[in-house]
Amino acid sequence: MLANLTALLSTTLRMATPLILAALGGMFSERSGVINIALEGIMLIGAFTAMAGSYFFSPWIGVLAAVIVGMIIAAAHALVSISFRADQIVSGTAINIFAAGITGFLLRLIFGDAGQSPSVQDVGTWKIPFIKDIPVIGGVFGEQIPFVYIALIMVGVSYWILFKTPFGLRIRSVGEHPAAADSVGINVIGMRYIAVIMSGFFAGLAGASLSVGLLDLFVKNMSSGRGFIALAAMIFGRWTPQGAMLAALLFGFADALQMLAQTIGLTFVPRQFLLMAPYILTILALTGVIGRSTPPAADGDPYIKEEV
Amino acid sequence: MVDKNISERKAKYLQKQRLVDLIVPIIAIIAGLIVGAIFMLIIGAEPIKAYIVLWNSSFGSLRGFGEMLVNTVPLIFTGLAVAFGFKIGLFNIGGDGQFLVSYLAAAYIGYMFQLPMYIHLPFALVAGIIAGGVWGGIAGYLKAKLGIHEVITTIMFNYIALHLVGYLVGGPLKAEGPLPATPKIFDTAKLPRFVPNMRIHYGIFLALAVAVLIYYILWKTTFGYEVRATGQNPDAAQFGGINVARNMVLAMFISGALAGLAGSTQALGLEYRAYQPFGFVGYGFTGIAVALVGKGHPVGVVLGALLFGVLSRGAMMMQSMVGVPKEVIEIIQAIIIMFIASEYIFKYLARKWRERKGGVADAS
Repeated sequence: MLANLTALLSTTLRMATPLILAALGGMFSERSGVINIALEGIMLIGAFTAMAGSYFFSPWIGVLAAVIVGMIIAAAHALVSISFRADQIVSGTAINIFAAGITGFLLRLIFGDAGQSPSVQDVGTWKIPFIKDIPVIGGVFGEQIPFVYIALIMVGVSYWILFKTPFGLRIRSVGEHPAAADSVGINVIGMRYIAVIMSGFFAGLAGASLSVGLLDLFVKNMSSGRGFIALAAMIFGRWTPQGAMLAALLFGFADALQMLAQTIGLTFVPRQFLLMAPYILTILALTGVIGRSTPPAADGDPYIKEEV
Repeated sequence: MVDKNISERKAKYLQKQRLVDLIVPIIAIIAGLIVGAIFMLIIGAEPIKAYIVLWNSSFGSLRGFGEMLVNTVPLIFTGLAVAFGFKIGLFNIGGDGQFLVSYLAAAYIGYMFQLPMYIHLPFALVAGIIAGGVWGGIAGYLKAKLGIHEVITTIMFNYIALHLVGYLVGGPLKAEGPLPATPKIFDTAKLPRFVPNMRIHYGIFLALAVAVLIYYILWKTTFGYEVRATGQNPDAAQFGGINVARNMVLAMFISGALAGLAGSTQALGLEYRAYQPFGFVGYGFTGIAVALVGKGHPVGVVLGALLFGVLSRGAMMMQSMVGVPKEVIEIIQAIIIMFIASEYIFKYLARKWRERKGGVADAS
């Protein structure tokens, strides 16, 4: 029983990790007023890059490469949707299609296999002294993949950036009322670029957590909708880091339940019901059935400076 | 005098806009093919040869042409779905979910009932239309009543549909035997095939007829006028006495029903049952590309669907015959979308170019 609980909670934490990271990315982007549904595609490219980096060099170089490539792809989204004023959804969709294409293409090219890459070295686990000896808690937090700790720390860091620094205030102001922000001298376009590129950092990291963290290889389309669940977690968490984390943990819990259904004797609930729970909960959150969730005011609107 | 001047300028502007609507997709397609060629060169394949294979795979034989049309049918429907949403200013990104619920609904009617064909086939199609329509209509309702962004709800409903259909086909509606699929539909529910030994079915004519119908609705009916007026400026439409909320729900119902027809025709014309989905086929997302290439016009959508029908048909052949990974097609598709979406940059560059030539910057 206790072993089951430990397994369930530690799986929850692991499955929530990519969601937390990607949701933080989505949050920065949307707080600045740019919808980023390309999280899914950037995660996929990040996962591939991390695997390739680990294959040719080392796992941590893979992680670094994933983060850099994530930021580059996000910069493309920023360029197209901020400077070229393309529809943000269209740009995100194009990146998602591109991501599926380029990763499949490179997988075939480099590894000659359409389905998955060979096994590579992953980043292993970190052991936390003392904590790992406490019952249950030790089993959950004591020894995890590094991404788990990184994600939890990033939640705190993101909260601090967004709510405690002038920089965070600027991001929020360009997402709520860009014209007002502009009038007090904030560079709206610049802030949005930075925020979108930050989202690429987080989505790239989230992708790396899939291919060299949770697993030790790349599987075609391995992000499999996690970018969209992360988007849901961000909405469910009302565009705050702590809220997104709690939502991601809830969604991770649903995922862990369906993964461990056999072990813990939860066979009377069809696994598909657990899989669709995050999406239904998010719809309910948006409709106000469980506390109304409202996006930043200027989310999705391109900013066009008025000519003087 | 002033009036004449304005109407002249308006006519000139409209003419220019129509030209842009034609030129931008063409530039985008060329750019996509060039980028595709670059990727082929990287892996040491010959782009010209690959593109000849691409062309011949659809136009080199009757069978190839038929198979290309098979690919085109669902894309006409999902393209129209996205285009119809665009017209009222809504982004239906949920085509894949609407596809799936209709796919199952049509198959369900197809195997559950035994009826004469002239009742059975329309019944199955209508069931699919309602399923997809409701799936899209909910998003329209949430947008109209609560202001919830339809992109978010339609994405959520995609995944709800994926797992719901997965559950139903894998569980309660599963046929006996090892295959994760529903029982086969009766012949009376099948969309007939009209060339011996080929898979092309009457869905293609249904798709073309629906494209004409959508054109008629949008440009020849009051409802269509209201849809377009709402899309241009919802506040003005509301002020002008148009029931924006009702039209949004109705438009999303129609959009969902259109994407749903892609699923129904797939079940009734091609697969003759519903299989358990293991992810999205992506017709909904490709529909976005189709609608963009077609500039939201039904005729453009049909042409755009043909383009992507040819590309997806050619993808498999290019892979097997010249060793170009079929994923290159997805890259080309993404580039095309990006270019069309960035229309503003073309206008911007054109303005800069005119300015540099010393001309006066165009006011429009």
